[in-house]
Parts: sequence; structure tokens; C-alpha cells
Amino acid sequence: MEIKQTAVAGTLESSDIQIMLSKGNDGIQIDLESDVKKQFGDQIESVITETLKKFDIDNAKVKAVDKGALDCVIKARTIAVAQRALKTADQPAWEVL
Amino acid sequence: MADNGERLRRTMMFVPGNNPAMVKDAGIYGADSIMFDLEDAVSMAEKDAARDLVYEALQTQDYGNAELVVRVNGSDTPYYANDVKAMVKAGVDVIRLPKTEDAGMIEDLEKDVLAAEKQFGREEGSTHLMAAIESAKGVLNAPEIAAASDRMIGIALSAEDYTTDMKTHRYPDGAELEFARNMVLHAARAAGIAAFDTVFTNMDDPEGFYRETRYIHQLGFDGKSLVNPRQIAMVNKVYEPTEKEIENAKNVINAIEEARRKGSGVISMNGQMVDRPVVMRAQRVMKLAKASNLLDEEGNYIEK
Repeated sequence: MEIKQTAVAGTLESSDIQIMLSKGNDGIQIDLESDVKKQFGDQIESVITETLKKFDIDNAKVKAVDKGALDCVIKARTIAVAQRALKTADQPAWEVL
Repeated sequence: MADNGERLRRTMMFVPGNNPAMVKDAGIYGADSIMFDLEDAVSMAEKDAARDLVYEALQTQDYGNAELVVRVNGSDTPYYANDVKAMVKAGVDVIRLPKTEDAGMIEDLEKDVLAAEKQFGREEGSTHLMAAIESAKGVLNAPEIAAASDRMIGIALSAEDYTTDMKTHRYPDGAELEFARNMVLHAARAAGIAAFDTVFTNMDDPEGFYRETRYIHQLGFDGKSLVNPRQIAMVNKVYEPTEKEIENAKNVINAIEEARRKGSGVISMNGQMVDRPVVMRAQRVMKLAKASNLLDEEGNYIEK
């Protein structure tokens, strides 16, 4: 699906992750900032990528600032930012949740 | 009414639905019920994100034996329908409706919940309901609200909105809440469901908190809504039975056992007949004693 607008979800508080999603044209490119990038960077990026794929988003620029988020938080924030970017936040994607 | 059996509901801890740190840690404090809030604790701009967060947390986090409750946005808001659907899909134990004014609102919620259970293939009737009473109208209609659905497990008084509606505010002695507390409590008891008292927000006044908790315990409330995990131990302390109460309850339980062994329908203790209310009180005392970790495995009182 086509990203309609740049969107942000999540905060910079502890245990959260802030994700910004904008249009891209070269696959899913993730710029991740995290204190635990060395240990968990791949895992964080894979949760984001998997979740975006469920929305059929194949091209996007992702800027993520992780503050120690669990996988369920990363998934929740990715869902929120994807729906905001697709302008479908008022129609939850039940098949993705 | 839904499986209200004798589940203990001393503490219902509020958790802001858009705060990952609090949502993830909510299970570690030992609250009997955890209430994730999608309503007042979440700003308009974050309603979608909070719903997603609570949903994903409910799928993955271990909250032990706590009863899981979600306060959805009011039925007059654009978020209500999606909140209800998402939380039914998530398999939450209880949906709490804010600002309940009459039985019709619970009946509508029940229809919406049933539709969602069908849509997402959840067992019909598995999602329970509770109502928050926050206005004069709600208080006066409390009996019909409490009895509005077989899914109802409890009603709660929410004093901030209620006192505003009554053109007053909260006072330390709680006189302004006397009628509402008794209405809510009687409505709950008449319907056979739980009654929750309102929150106490001043964390710098533990004396006031204890005073209020002892008072609502005396009235007969199941428990209290809480805004801070530090209050859990304080409420549990008030609800903790004394050694004497436990000894007495054990004697009653033993007398029942003896009567059962003898095949006698009448239970007697110290030559006196024990009637049903005494038995039920004894069972509740034992349950509280167990939850307060006052009994060893054989049911003996543990000296502290």
C-alpha cells in the first residue's frame, strides 16, 4: 500500500520506541537508534519490517528511536504509525493486530 | 450475572493505556484487577496508539491471575466502537464502560460486545462487563444498571465526575459521597455483583487513604480503584482478617466438615446452630486470609 503522509507514533520515554514513517522508493530502509542496537538491532528491525509487510508496505523510510521497547511495544507502535501514514487510523487493521 | 463466584476484587489498579513502561510492569504489583485505561488517561491524538499498545500487550504479557479490565472510551465518542471490538478480539476479561447513566447503555454495550465476539470467533459470553457510575443520574439508576446484563461483574463509583455533577467537590470526610456509595453498594449487592469504591488521589496523605479504605471496607465494598501501585499493599492490609477472625472461620469450616461427615444437615458449633450467612462469612475470611498469605499449606495461621 502507498504511504499517503509522513507519520510518527510512540514517544521517547523509557520502554517506548518512537517511529517515523515516510515515503520511500527503495524497499524498507530503517535508520535505528538504540542503546541496545548491538544486541537487539536485528530483532527490532525485523519486528518493524514484518509488521509493515502485513500492511503491504514495501517501500518506506523508517526512522526509529528505541528506548528499550519490548517486541509487543515495537509492533504496536509500528501498527499505529503505519495506519497513520496510510490515513486508516479510524479503521483498525484487524488482520494485522 | 457473570461468574462472580467469590473472586477477590480488593484492588483495581488504573494503568494509562499509552504508557509502555506502566503497561508492561502492571502485573508485578499483585493487584487483584488491572484496569488499562483508554479513556481519560489518553489524549485524543493518541487514542489509536493506546488501543494498539494495550491490544499487543494483552497478547504477549503475563499478568498472572489478575483480572484484566479495559476502560473504553464513552459510547458518545468516535473511539468507542473500535475500542470495544479491539478489546473483545484481544480477549480481555472485562470491559468497563465509563459515565454509565442507565441500563440502556449497558444493553447497547452488550450487543456491541456480542457482535464483536461473533466477528472475531471468541466464545459468546466470555467478555464480561462493568459500569462506572459518574453522575447523579447514574447513581439513581444504579440498581437497573447493575442488573442490566448477565455479563455484569461489578459497578464502580467514580467520584471526580460525580462530585462535579453534584456541584460540590471531594472533602476529607467523604460526606458528599455517602448517598452515592450506599446506592452503588446496594445496587451491586442486590444484583449479586462486585462494588468498587472510587480512587483516592492524594499520595501525600496515607492517613486519609487508610481512613477512607477502612470506611468503605466497613460498608461492605469489595475493594477500591487505585491510581498508584503503592496503594495495593495498603488496601490489602485493611482487608486482611485478624488472627481471631481466622480462628473463628476455621472453627466454622471444621464444623461444616464434621456435619458433612456425620451426614447431618444442621451445622453446629459450640452447641449453637451455624446458619448460612455465618458460613459464607467464614469462607470469605478464609479466602482473604489465603490471599493475604496468612495461612500455611495446611491452613494454619502464620505468625508475623
